[in-house]
Amino acid sequence: MPKVKVDGVEIDVPTGATVLQACELAGKEIPRFCYHERLSIAGNCRMCLVEVKPGPPKPQASCALPAAEGQEIRTDSEMVKKAREGVMEFLLINHPLDCPICDQGGECDLQDQSVAYGRGASRYDENKRAVTEKYMGPLIKTTMTRCIHCTRCVRFSEEIAGVDEIGALYRGENMQITTYLEHAAKHEMSANVIDLCPVGALTSRPYAFEARPWELKKTLGIDVSDATGANIRIDARGREVLRVLPRNNDDVNEEWISDKARYMVDGLTKRRLDKPFLRRDGKLVAVNWNEAFAAIATLNPGNSIAAVAGDMVDCETMFAAKKLVGALGSKLVEGRQTGMDYATDNLAAVNFNTTFSGIETADAILIAGSNVRWEAPLLNVRLRKAVKRGAKVFLVGPEWETTFGGEFLGEDLSVLGNLPQNVADALSNAKRPAVILGGAALGRGGLEAGLALAAQFNLVRDLEDGTKWNGFNVLHMAAARMGGLMLGYAQKGGIADLIAAKPKVLLALGADEVDFTKFADSMIVYIGHHGDKGAHAADVILPASAYTEKAGTYVNTEGRVQWADKAVFAPGDAREDWTILRALADAFGVSVGFDSFDQLRNAMIKEVPALGSEGLADYGSVLPNGGGSAAGQIAYPIKDFYMTNPIARASAVMQRCSAEILHGEDLAEAAE
Amino acid sequence: MADRYIEPDTPELRARWGNFAWTPENAEKAKEVVARYPEGRQRSAVMPLLDLAQRQVGAELNTQGWLPIPVMEYIAAYLDMPIIRVVEVATFYTMYNIAPIGRFHVQVCGTTPCMLRGSDDLLATCKSRGMKKGHISEDGLWSFTEVECMGNCASAPMVQINDDNYEDLTSDRLNAVLDALARGETPKAGTQDPARHTVEPVGEPTNLAAMITENHDYRSEW
Repeated sequence: MPKVKVDGVEIDVPTGATVLQACELAGKEIPRFCYHERLSIAGNCRMCLVEVKPGPPKPQASCALPAAEGQEIRTDSEMVKKAREGVMEFLLINHPLDCPICDQGGECDLQDQSVAYGRGASRYDENKRAVTEKYMGPLIKTTMTRCIHCTRCVRFSEEIAGVDEIGALYRGENMQITTYLEHAAKHEMSANVIDLCPVGALTSRPYAFEARPWELKKTLGIDVSDATGANIRIDARGREVLRVLPRNNDDVNEEWISDKARYMVDGLTKRRLDKPFLRRDGKLVAVNWNEAFAAIATLNPGNSIAAVAGDMVDCETMFAAKKLVGALGSKLVEGRQTGMDYATDNLAAVNFNTTFSGIETADAILIAGSNVRWEAPLLNVRLRKAVKRGAKVFLVGPEWETTFGGEFLGEDLSVLGNLPQNVADALSNAKRPAVILGGAALGRGGLEAGLALAAQFNLVRDLEDGTKWNGFNVLHMAAARMGGLMLGYAQKGGIADLIAAKPKVLLALGADEVDFTKFADSMIVYIGHHGDKGAHAADVILPASAYTEKAGTYVNTEGRVQWADKAVFAPGDAREDWTILRALADAFGVSVGFDSFDQLRNAMIKEVPALGSEGLADYGSVLPNGGGSAAGQIAYPIKDFYMTNPIARASAVMQRCSAEILHGEDLAEAAE
Repeated sequence: MADRYIEPDTPELRARWGNFAWTPENAEKAKEVVARYPEGRQRSAVMPLLDLAQRQVGAELNTQGWLPIPVMEYIAAYLDMPIIRVVEVATFYTMYNIAPIGRFHVQVCGTTPCMLRGSDDLLATCKSRGMKKGHISEDGLWSFTEVECMGNCASAPMVQINDDNYEDLTSDRLNAVLDALARGETPKAGTQDPARHTVEPVGEPTNLAAMITENHDYRSEW
């Protein structure tokens, strides 16, 4: 713990800290462009210069200088002021004065810091450098003349994303940041470079010229595009969500989000269900709410009713539907739309127990049946970190392009029961072994085989430092899954139980992946927000809210309970889901016991107390016994990363990503 | 140097260089170069291999050689490294040619010592022979670049042509060198001043003259 003096105040800093970090600990703001907490240190922007004694009688780059015992650091001296002004003047020599037409305006590091630390005017009257635009794909818009060569984007793609695709060509003043031959950035996390860019060189293409940051209402939300539950900030103007940005949460998403989470929001205004519809003579006809409820009231389902929850619904909606179905005397609720029927009596057996931050510290990881890059890009980043720390990774399933190496063992689930010797050795010798089962490995005995591995390799153990380690993980893909399981949205036989019961009325809560042909005899009441597969099969459509349009509780695949707020109102006649379910109770003539959102939430928390506190729900660490044998070819359920949910399928941006990045279509703009 | 750009990736370029592979001799050399670095650090060999590839391309085209995109991709695949990292290296160092080049790459130094000793004449000479910055002469013989200091200030002005330096030039001496090269001869590299052997002082030594023949202790004279 070196002791240093910052501006005359003595503080202790952790060993290994840099001078910049020491200054931050002392509460001093150090301007910087190239330095970023989560990236390696480059030390090339020189904006963080401070005066350090002992040392050469000149300012030093604090980001790359280790803090040492007895240093006297000044951040307020004349030398530092002049140094910052000098660096800023140099940075601005070639930076265009186009802030009024730059999308970064208002949230630009260069703008802010030149106001705070610059000298106010330039003495440079030569021509400025101009750099041609670079094509970086459908998500990233470039204006490379604005680039100040901080190389954050290069370091992100190399270190975090693990795909070396952005580089710095040429040298000196002529240096240019580009992707190889201006190919589109082909990575699920590529758009994070937009947040990293301290200037307006890399900006968001879909959001180009849409709004200024000060016009936007910022709402804290939770992403529902996958089961990682990334923390997001929803920026809306009026009734429209214009963009989604990540929020810092070291336990979940650090400060990244996937491209899908970021850019599917334009789908929120397309293909929306904004009126109730009734199917009359085989055709869906728009009606008003009264007509819709009048029609529903004639259904008289009695206790022959069931509910299927979609992948993106919040816990409140599921709870309200369960209450409604229960009030009618049925217990048929299910969330696993595609027919999975794993046992759910012990949720620890279907949870990501290690947690995302925990998996970084694992030293041997066996992944079965999961294309992690597509199913949970944020987890992929963690796995890459684990490998960088020395973890060995083995994968079971068809090969996909990992960003962390790893050894593929085979494509059949039977590998789980018959691991090669080197894998068994690695897992049994590991201090922190982990197994991750993806959706494709849960059925056909896979979960039981995984649990058998958990027992065989003692995945649940006490570590030497006294902490608990639970290395057994299931990686879900649906944001609603863990919440649904906690609320009992699981029948013993899965959705087959619902099919067998032949319910008179089937409530589909945003359920778009169900095979509705199996419910040919049921009246399907679709409560959702997009005219997708579920709405096509529905007999009654009740327009509801998407994830940005309602407050809700979400539980991610780690069992982490998180709350989201409402950012905007739903379009047209659409209403929040719980109000629709409450009104349905009246139409059916039953009581569900809540009249307001608060009452609903309180009732839910009373029934499932874990949903009442943010953070990890405790499922215990006792895993059920596994056993049996698993067999069957593994096929990953996600065929197209950009098209996994109705919002993304409606999104023009996601469609373009899918066409261009995954299917290699040459789009007109790409050739420009 | 500001005019340095990668030759665009066209179907013609792919057709011409897409099947680039080491010649048997160069394959041996490449193996030897890679073996100089520790296991798993083979990408450290990128610079010598780029040079080797440039020379192989040069031998094939009878020029100084350059690095087409498919050749850089071949190196990247050979060293199992991301292609963008290879391109970064090739574009950073000016001794890698990233666009087609003539038989002789004439690099005239124009930095202060050479300029004071008459590099402007050399530039004029080159210009009069039809050389132009960033262009290959019509006969395919000459490419021309004005460069900064090449470290031969003691025998300024100088010109580097492919792997050799020609020093102590005047307009006539440069013309003689260029004519000889054009005829296919190999002129003597180094100083072109007949009175000079290497970079020894021209004429009588003026400094420490007493030390020429024997050791002399100057200290008493200070």
